Amino acid sequence: MEATDRDERWKGRRAQPWLIRLTHWLNVPLLIIMVGSGLQIFAAYPALGPRGALYGWYPWHGMPPPTWLRFGGWLAGGRHWHFALSWFLVLNGVVYLIYMASRGEWRRRIFLPHRDARQAILMLAYYLRLRRVAPPIDFYNGLQRLAYSSIIVIALAEILSGLAIYKPVQLWWLGSLFGGYDGARAVHLLGLGLLALFTAVHLMMVALHPRAILTMLTGGKRA
Amino acid sequence: MPNMITRRQFVATVAAGTVLATGKTTQAQAGFLRWMGRWNERVDRLLFGSDRLAAELTPAETTLAETFPSYFISEYMPVAPASWVLKVGGLVARPTTFSLEQLQGMTRTDMRVRHHCVEGWSAVASWHGVRLRDVAEVVGAEPRAPYVAFRSFDAGYWSSWDRESALHKQTILAYGMNGAPLYPDHGAPLRVYSAVKLGYKMVKYLTEVNFLPERTGGYWEDQGYEWFGGI
Repeated sequence: MEATDRDERWKGRRAQPWLIRLTHWLNVPLLIIMVGSGLQIFAAYPALGPRGALYGWYPWHGMPPPTWLRFGGWLAGGRHWHFALSWFLVLNGVVYLIYMASRGEWRRRIFLPHRDARQAILMLAYYLRLRRVAPPIDFYNGLQRLAYSSIIVIALAEILSGLAIYKPVQLWWLGSLFGGYDGARAVHLLGLGLLALFTAVHLMMVALHPRAILTMLTGGKRA
Repeated sequence: MPNMITRRQFVATVAAGTVLATGKTTQAQAGFLRWMGRWNERVDRLLFGSDRLAAELTPAETTLAETFPSYFISEYMPVAPASWVLKVGGLVARPTTFSLEQLQGMTRTDMRVRHHCVEGWSAVASWHGVRLRDVAEVVGAEPRAPYVAFRSFDAGYWSSWDRESALHKQTILAYGMNGAPLYPDHGAPLRVYSAVKLGYKMVKYLTEVNFLPERTGGYWEDQGYEWFGGI
């Protein structure tokens, strides 16, 4: 019964439907400019924690990000780009989530612990060469689902911490989620670090499996 | 939302952003960013609550005075002339000149709030002075003046605000910091201090407050920083 439902759901559907492809590729220019303009803003005060009480755990106080990573020319330019494109990046994410929810795409993409946790561990063991064979994979493997789901959580943390920095008084209740203005600022940068890590692993995996790029461009064969 | 964007506008804007990211044109940049800047300012003003107060902090949270940065644009630290007075005018019933003593004779307000610099740092100090809304009442600021401009003797540094933020309960003309009279590096003898604006909006070395019918600019605002600068 369940198996029939599953078959019906994906019948005629491509591995990467057009809306997923569109939102995926829109992320590329949007994220590049968001990261560049964000680093431009960060360069104006490349430290974490309030004046006179910098966070001891952050090792790079006073070290601005390199110029070639920045976008916007100067602080005001960086701010304008960041606050302009943030709307489109959020909108892009909302469209993606609505599509996933309404078309049932989340079933094959989102990490569900009871289904994916064991497989994710086995897959990790395989990548670490602790296991010789990869676990059986259906649409995505458990580790992929974990990665693609965690990036949604990271995106949410970036949006909330970003708003908390943007309007620390008007949206004070958001700031209190992160331990205040400077806490939100630290979370916002930490999120960038995790995003960079995700992207690095993502690009590495895509380089190892280049056919995935083609699928993300054409959508792949219909099921 | 005051304004919804259409799908066509959205597509056009994203396309413009993509073109710009590759550095093909600089002409459209001003257009797109100006348009989005206007949109963000509308959101900024929508978020602003006239009655919403910033959190008052405890003495223990005060930033060590020597680590609280202070900026001026003059070549040397501006020093007030002996004849210093504050002129309050524009669309007011009674244009008035205040001496520091006169301002100190009015109801004093103390507040310890977090300072947010556009650069990203924050710091805490306590500030005392007279509420701008009290001064506005004394001079009879007219309702048809929705803007307030501040001028200084720091090489012409200035800024202009929306009336709502200027008359907010936590916007004061400060003559003291951390319990002592204002030091020259923090804007002596008088500066604007507010819990609801970014640092560059708070004009130091104050000389003039004018209630205006039209929106003007400011030292940093004219160079590209946001005019509203609310937090």
